[in-house]
Amino acid sequence: MLELRNVNSGYGSIQALHDISFTINQGEIVTLIGANGAGKSTTLMTLCGDISIISGQIVFENEDISSLKPHEIMRKGIAISPEGRRVFPKLTVEENLMLGAYFTPEQEAAEMFEKVLELFPRLKERISQQGGTLSGGEQQMLAIGRALMAKPKLLLLDEPSLGLAPLIINLIFEVLADIRDQGTTVFLVEQNAHKALALADRGYVLENGRIVKEGRGKDLSSDPAVKEAYLGGH
Amino acid sequence: MKQNFQNAIIATVLSFVLLSLTIGGLIQVEGIETTVVARPWYVVIGCTIVFIIQLFRDQLVFVFKGFGNVLKTLVRAEQIAEHAIQLKGSDRFNPLFYLTVLICLSVYPFIVSDKLWIGMFIDIYIYILLALGLNIVVGYAGLLNLGYIAFYAVGAYTYGILNHFYDFSFWLALPLSGMTAALAGIILGFPVLRLRGDYLAIVTLGFGQVLVILLRNLGSITGGPDGIGSIDRPTMFGIEFSRRAKEGGVPFHEFFGLEYNSIIKDFFFYFLALALVIFTIYVISRLVKMPIGRSWEALREDETACKSLGINSTSVKLSAFAISSFFAGLAGCFFAAKQRHISPESFEFIESVIVLAIVVMGGMGSTIGIILAAIFVAVLKDYSQDLQEYRMLIFSLILIVMMIWRPRGLFPATRPFIKLQNRQKSQECGC
Repeated sequence: MLELRNVNSGYGSIQALHDISFTINQGEIVTLIGANGAGKSTTLMTLCGDISIISGQIVFENEDISSLKPHEIMRKGIAISPEGRRVFPKLTVEENLMLGAYFTPEQEAAEMFEKVLELFPRLKERISQQGGTLSGGEQQMLAIGRALMAKPKLLLLDEPSLGLAPLIINLIFEVLADIRDQGTTVFLVEQNAHKALALADRGYVLENGRIVKEGRGKDLSSDPAVKEAYLGGH
Repeated sequence: MKQNFQNAIIATVLSFVLLSLTIGGLIQVEGIETTVVARPWYVVIGCTIVFIIQLFRDQLVFVFKGFGNVLKTLVRAEQIAEHAIQLKGSDRFNPLFYLTVLICLSVYPFIVSDKLWIGMFIDIYIYILLALGLNIVVGYAGLLNLGYIAFYAVGAYTYGILNHFYDFSFWLALPLSGMTAALAGIILGFPVLRLRGDYLAIVTLGFGQVLVILLRNLGSITGGPDGIGSIDRPTMFGIEFSRRAKEGGVPFHEFFGLEYNSIIKDFFFYFLALALVIFTIYVISRLVKMPIGRSWEALREDETACKSLGINSTSVKLSAFAISSFFAGLAGCFFAAKQRHISPESFEFIESVIVLAIVVMGGMGSTIGIILAAIFVAVLKDYSQDLQEYRMLIFSLILIVMMIWRPRGLFPATRPFIKLQNRQKSQECGC
């Protein structure tokens, strides 16, 4: 579905990603884990076209999207729940969601709206509350819900567990599994390697801008090197 | 008390020295001779005031506190009143209210029947037009534009030049002025799109200054500092409002068999301005409910999130710039037709500041607040004509009081928010 082929990218003269290659198949949850500064966010920003790539190719559904602008990529069936959630603080939950459906036909938007509220009953309770008044977990749900409103084929998530209580993280990760089961492919960029690998079908480990390991989620989480580096020796 | 007395003595001695040097002597220049005239009384009065204030400090603090308490009570009462209004909810400004206002405004010129009073309202309408336009960029899209009056100038000069050189009529020039101003907005918008906040404000400020300098120095086209004169007044379906119509036309008063009275012209301008304001309010109230309006607000809240939703922030910003400038252009064209003479003086930086002050005072994004603020500022401007430079002092004072008392403006914007449940019926959202 999505394939990165030898992607190099960076900021100005500083190269942050070196020869990144990975594939995401239809119906999978794929996770990209790595420490701070490994290049996780840069990978996502490159994928979204926010940073132009130096060389390599990004192919989404047999189409080269490497040189497209962010807003063009975001209309191709890819949606992102950005890092730090970035909900619109002064808009209500409902308005936040409807902005997610900016380019979705009206009928489908109404269906997705119901679906999102089903996935996150908490949002239904908060429907006419301003986005900025929600708790961190609710804001994350809103960010994911807003991304889903575009009816994406591929959902990108940038650190959805950031700053959240373990209980809320569990809840959100359960929903991610539901989202996958309903047919949306999920690409999860996470620091919380333990949780991410437990959920994901496959995973990639990023280190200093290079992919150093890949494998099935369960295999990675039992890999001694990964355990050592990211799982705190559990 | 003893402590206060000591302090008062010290303060008085200090002020004696300072005051003697500053206001104690007046330097007079007569021819080549310079003399210093001593003004002992100034020093004595100054020292006495300092002495009294220092001596009765504690009592004075008490008085000020009392004054503060009165203010607080007023604010509290005002909050309660506002709460009551909110409880009443959506029927705050119902159609009946609008209708009443409209009827009042329609009969107003006939009741006062006075050029000055009608003229004042025409000025108010121009300010309302400008402030509503600026509100799109500043209030909705959150882009600070300090050179807004430049687009007003573009509109005015478009009509001036088209009329002077090509004999365009007002009605033909009106949409053209709007479009030229919108084009100017887009031209300015392109290079500044990557800027935000302070930087954007500086660039727009510069644009306003550059345009005025351009108008001053482009003598062959804009008439330089003299501007463009004898611009045609608008006609009503080709009927003129002058005493004698040119080239065999029939002037208004003859057409309707009335006695000639120059106030008829003022009536016409009044209703023209009112119509422009109503048109603007209608268009803007529709726009902000449309997807484009919501994308402006989304852009104001979070540009990155906008991009992540596939919204092209470039075109959204440009549309805000263009539409807001369009209304400034309309206002400018009307202004040129009303004044019949335009010169760079009318488009100085201070005008941008006044319009921005209206938007801030009224409450960003709030139409009704902006209308009230425009009335207030226009009236204040009119009545403070004699105060000259102190006018700005009053303006700043009012703005400071506003920031303390009502930081979100006179009528903070109540946002029209969409409800999905009623969407099939209302069809207000075309997403």
